[in-house]
Amino acid sequence: MSLDVSVSGDLLLALLPELVLTAWALVLLLLVAWRHQTVRDLRIAGWLTLVALLSTAVAAWWLWWNHAQPAGLAGMIAVDDFRWVTDWLFVGGAALTTLISFAYLEREQLLAPEYYVLLIFATLGMMLMAAGEDLMVIFLGLELMSVAVYVLAGFDRKSPRSAEAALKYFLLGAFASGFLLYGIALIYGATGTTNLTLIGIQVGMGGSGVMLLAGLALLLVGFAFKVAAVPFHMWAPDVYDGAPTPVTAFMATGVKAAAFAALFRVLTEAFAHAGAWQEIVWWLAVVTMVGGNLLALAQRSLKRMLAYSSVAHAGYLLVAVASGRSAGTAAFIVYLVAYTLMSVGAFAVLAAKGRRGESDVLIDDLAGLATRRPWLAFALAVCMLSLLGFPGTAGFIGKWYILIAATGAGQNVLAAILVLASVVSAGYYLPVIMAMYMKPESSDTAHSGIHLGRAGEIAVATVVAALLVFGVWPNRLLDVAKTAGESLRPPAAAAER
Amino acid sequence: MYARWVVTALLVWPLVAAAVVLLVPAPRAKYVALFATLVEFALSVPLWWAFVPTGGMQFMADYAWIAPWGIRYTVGVDGISLFLVLLTTFLMPLSVLGSWSSITKREPGFYALLLVLTTGMIGVFVSLDLFLFYVMWEVMLIPMYFIIGVWGGENRLYAAIKFFIYTFFGSLLMLVAILVLYFQVGRATGLYSFGYAHLLANLGNLGTLAWWLFGAFFLAFAIKVPMFPFHTWLPDAHVEAPTAGSVILAGILLKMGTYGFLRFALPFFPTVALSQTVQMVIVTLSLIGIIYGGLVAMVQPDFKKLIAYSSVAHLGFVMLGIWALTLQSVQGALLVMINHGISTGALFFLVGMIYERRHSRLIEAYGGIARVVPLFAAILTIVSLSSIGLPGTNGFVGEFLVLLGAFRTYPVATALATTGVIIAAAYLLWALQRVLFNPLDKHENEKLTDLTPRELAVLIPLLVCIVWIGVYPKPFLTRMEPAARQFIEQVRPK
Repeated sequence: MSLDVSVSGDLLLALLPELVLTAWALVLLLLVAWRHQTVRDLRIAGWLTLVALLSTAVAAWWLWWNHAQPAGLAGMIAVDDFRWVTDWLFVGGAALTTLISFAYLEREQLLAPEYYVLLIFATLGMMLMAAGEDLMVIFLGLELMSVAVYVLAGFDRKSPRSAEAALKYFLLGAFASGFLLYGIALIYGATGTTNLTLIGIQVGMGGSGVMLLAGLALLLVGFAFKVAAVPFHMWAPDVYDGAPTPVTAFMATGVKAAAFAALFRVLTEAFAHAGAWQEIVWWLAVVTMVGGNLLALAQRSLKRMLAYSSVAHAGYLLVAVASGRSAGTAAFIVYLVAYTLMSVGAFAVLAAKGRRGESDVLIDDLAGLATRRPWLAFALAVCMLSLLGFPGTAGFIGKWYILIAATGAGQNVLAAILVLASVVSAGYYLPVIMAMYMKPESSDTAHSGIHLGRAGEIAVATVVAALLVFGVWPNRLLDVAKTAGESLRPPAAAAER
Repeated sequence: MYARWVVTALLVWPLVAAAVVLLVPAPRAKYVALFATLVEFALSVPLWWAFVPTGGMQFMADYAWIAPWGIRYTVGVDGISLFLVLLTTFLMPLSVLGSWSSITKREPGFYALLLVLTTGMIGVFVSLDLFLFYVMWEVMLIPMYFIIGVWGGENRLYAAIKFFIYTFFGSLLMLVAILVLYFQVGRATGLYSFGYAHLLANLGNLGTLAWWLFGAFFLAFAIKVPMFPFHTWLPDAHVEAPTAGSVILAGILLKMGTYGFLRFALPFFPTVALSQTVQMVIVTLSLIGIIYGGLVAMVQPDFKKLIAYSSVAHLGFVMLGIWALTLQSVQGALLVMINHGISTGALFFLVGMIYERRHSRLIEAYGGIARVVPLFAAILTIVSLSSIGLPGTNGFVGEFLVLLGAFRTYPVATALATTGVIIAAAYLLWALQRVLFNPLDKHENEKLTDLTPRELAVLIPLLVCIVWIGVYPKPFLTRMEPAARQFIEQVRPK
């Protein structure tokens, strides 16, 4: 199926997943205007959100199934496999977040179904970011996502920590947006266009002046802020720590994934021939891996540890960026699938364990969880091993793919640094397992209040099953990621096709 | 028929059994585990006769696994891995039986982990695909980590994490080296595969890259062996682990390192491995291991730690034998690997048994107990003598062959290594004297009970092996010979 996005009928078809989700968001918004008082209203909104996300995934699947291909001139919206696959990723991450939110919102008395509307709008922004074939669309998507997530971060109005997190995130997020926008302006000044393909053609012809490079540098800074790469990570631990835990899970997975997806598209389609960024990304990857892991090592609070570990994982993903080419993109997708699953799993257990924002749950507070709640401990152990990149879990397959991409691109040193950083990460993931299985409970009631809820149990069980299945039999996932990775091409290669 | 499914069955059966162990009521877990390990042993025994003593792989199985990356499930056994597989299946039922009364908490978990560990260990020895090898190499790490960390002694958390991080560190660099090899060979031949045979046949000339790759493999295996100065995890892990954990650690896990050298590091990078520098480094480190390990063992107040350090010394002989590259020395190295598994395993069992009665591993807590527990004393003496390498026991055959073979290649080093045998006699006999003989001056020791029939059932098979290999090692040597010969041909420059 060929879609010419300059024809409005085809454009609507190309935007089908986004349109479906928008329609649902409006329906939901209308609904919660009337019904926003009781727990039951909250649950209805939650289930409707799941239906909305499912129908969006189906819409993306339909386009993927029909091999939607772009036709005609370069448009503002991309039509390729990369987009559908990342859409699934965002929708899946949002769905898992929804599932773990049910019990959490009720427990924390956050009886505002608008939460789910914001979640949907943020997801919509992510999908636009990954779909943007034009810097302006990417920017719009970014803002749509960011504004929704700012509010989500401060959703627990009674908690000062949550408010602090929201404010911090907003201020630094605004900075990042500023950098990004200024970068876009400079690129526009240098090339006269904001369309990625057209920029790519100009760059390919050797037109890379100082202004273009400055624009690219600012663009990179903006994205580095969003993915929380060292040294632009300062906001991340505090924001992740203060936000309600399901929102943290959403930020650590979805927001990061969307920023990376947009970064991949921009670098591959517009700047594949610029070359100047490889060195920068190389260094960013190294300092992020080393910094994130070393900082995580020093944490005693589980939530802060996970926050810093998510910085470290941004570093691994940057290795995939630095490896470039289709293998890097495919590795990125596989890694993100694994990363989304294992992060949501870990945060779900944390959300069930904690009280009042969970920032006071220390790693040692998990002591003896294995005797009291063996399945929950097993789930968290699988997530930790997967985060560590241990064979038999999806995290290993993801890391292995990144290593393949890196060594395949001749980046042996980067690969070696990645594995050494992983060794460091054993120093903070293992203590979690150690606490759960090898230390005695501090008191008989230490784990009495844990409540995951039915929906949360479904989410955690899905996550663990998926992690183990992909860890042993990743073939299908690899195929999908490979075609998606190949669908992202610099314009010269597109012309040869 | 048997040849085609046996290796896969050996890998799958323990996993199935582990699931069953977790499902049955806790008090029955050990019976199921014993049954499962006995079945595993019974499955593996026919390998001994079905194995044809020629070079090359037998009992091969080969299926596609992760096709996009050229990863296959390829397993097989040759004259090197045959004995390690048999040693594993032989020690596992004994380990279960040896844990019978000492493991009292969370029994199903313990036995399930032992079974998963079995799969991991056998997997390491039979994998002929480097991805599969790496996965197995890591997979056996987790059960061991839990066995030490949950059922270990007082300082178990420290020992467990140290064990994990040391091994993990080494293996991850090996992972990068495997990937670089994959791309080197893939680019040269156009066929991207992790298959052992494919990589080995098409390595070509790697130049200086070979040094880096050898370094990565060396680090992974040297930590596992462990060679001096990478051995510091070993005393901690051995001492803190429960008896079965120590037996498996010493008996099988350490052999993974030497096996890795035999199977991968040397055949892949012969020019590096046989360069003057590397030879000198390896021989020196092996010698330090033999002499230093023995001397440190001598001053240990803790019997278990003494045995742990003696492992460093024994494995030094293995490394010396491998690098000497003569037929006798390589056969000797293989035999020392087996002997060490049997003798040191038996020693750990014995220490565990006396610990269960007296709750002390300190040598000074005992003295003169030969009068109270004569059977225990007799067996401990025999096993110690085999560990020293007294003629007529298995220890003698292995170490003698190593020294004999290595003398041609490294005369000076071998002469020095011989002192290791004397040091071994010194520390073990001295320890025996202090534990078994001396006056019986401690009250608590007067009421020790002698070995029970269950404990005898653990020890007698080991004693049989000690005598068998000591008196008639020929069946072992004939099965090893073609593989050892092939190994030397692969490595030695033409």
